[in-house]
Amino acid sequence: MITRRDFFKKTAMGIAGAAIPLAALEIVDPKKLFAEIAAETTSVRWAFLVDTYKCVGCGLCVKACKLENEVPYDANVSRTWVERYVLTKKGKLYADSPKATRDGFTDAKIDQGADGLKDISSEGIEKAYFVPKLCNQCENPPCVQVCPVGATYQAPDGVVMVDRTWCIGCGYCIMGCPYGVRFFHPVYHTAEKCNFCYHRITKGLKTACVQACPFGARQIGNIKDPNDPVTQTIRTQRVAVLKSEYGTKPQVYYIGLDEEVR
Amino acid sequence: MKNHVLRPLIVVIGIVILILLARMVIVPKDFGIGQRGYMYSWHRHSNEEDWKKIKVKYQGKEYCKDCHPDKYDSINKTPHRIIQCENCHGPAIDHPSDPPKLAIDKSRALCLRCHYPLPYPTSGRSHIRSIDPEKHNPDMECSTCHNPHNPMEGLK
Repeated sequence: MITRRDFFKKTAMGIAGAAIPLAALEIVDPKKLFAEIAAETTSVRWAFLVDTYKCVGCGLCVKACKLENEVPYDANVSRTWVERYVLTKKGKLYADSPKATRDGFTDAKIDQGADGLKDISSEGIEKAYFVPKLCNQCENPPCVQVCPVGATYQAPDGVVMVDRTWCIGCGYCIMGCPYGVRFFHPVYHTAEKCNFCYHRITKGLKTACVQACPFGARQIGNIKDPNDPVTQTIRTQRVAVLKSEYGTKPQVYYIGLDEEVR
Repeated sequence: MKNHVLRPLIVVIGIVILILLARMVIVPKDFGIGQRGYMYSWHRHSNEEDWKKIKVKYQGKEYCKDCHPDKYDSINKTPHRIIQCENCHGPAIDHPSDPPKLAIDKSRALCLRCHYPLPYPTSGRSHIRSIDPEKHNPDMECSTCHNPHNPMEGLK
């Protein structure tokens, strides 16, 4: 004899049991996983080369980047920027990047934030130069490691990208990047970063900043292709990367990098 | 098993099943690990395609060549040949259909990006000819006298 109580209980348990998704019980097959990984292996690994001797600080790269990638033009955020370093004969270092260099450097005075503008006479300068900065597309990206939801990732060709539909805007990656290249997109409210103009490089075009640079200070290439001019330069000339001590293996190489550059 | 154990147990199992069900619905089908495993490539794979679909806006110099051969040829004979048309005229996008007209930036600030005097050693900037904007015809557009497509031809 079944009671009403028993009937409801058993029905509820039956429905619950039937509702367990099959996917939840699936045991991952290592062979299938390895096949998936092999299918993703590519012969492309994007790398960037910056020649700081050639950069004149015109900022046309920043302008092109902002317009190409729809980064709000007047907001003080940018995927790429140019830094100016001025070392005086007295050994003092000044650096700035006004408005992320969107309008270039059209003033000899150096923006020192709250301390105002610093005027240095050209006789007092020991050395001075410009350093373009952008995402390093690290081989071991710390920003990706800290993402709690899998919204940021490294594509098979090495480019680190953000899934805007999946990003929850926690900001861990912005804090995690040692190079400070990430920021919040003022419109989408998600993490934003340089992705080497993924829509351009995958079509065989150069990135917007590389194309806009009149002086050839910026170059992009495939480091897995031994005949690529960028790969040739990285292999045969003296290049350096930023903050190599962090073990992130950055893939933006610099010619003429100095120790003052942070 | 006693009832007071069984009842909360059923509730807990129910919650777990609900979470698994919700997960199945919410997580996209192509979410998974890639070449670099959970640490570096745990993501929704179709997002790579999403990024590839972004519209190309800067078309490059060769895009302008066929309709504006005079300007293209003229600037290519001068030191300004290294400058892309779109650096001053703005991104072409789908010009001439959209936008039909490109806004020309004739501001002094645009020319000063390179021609403001910054005699910095070990930078290419120190080799560019420059003017002091406060002394050299202030309040006048550079293009009033200089032809940006042929800066060496002399004053207009």
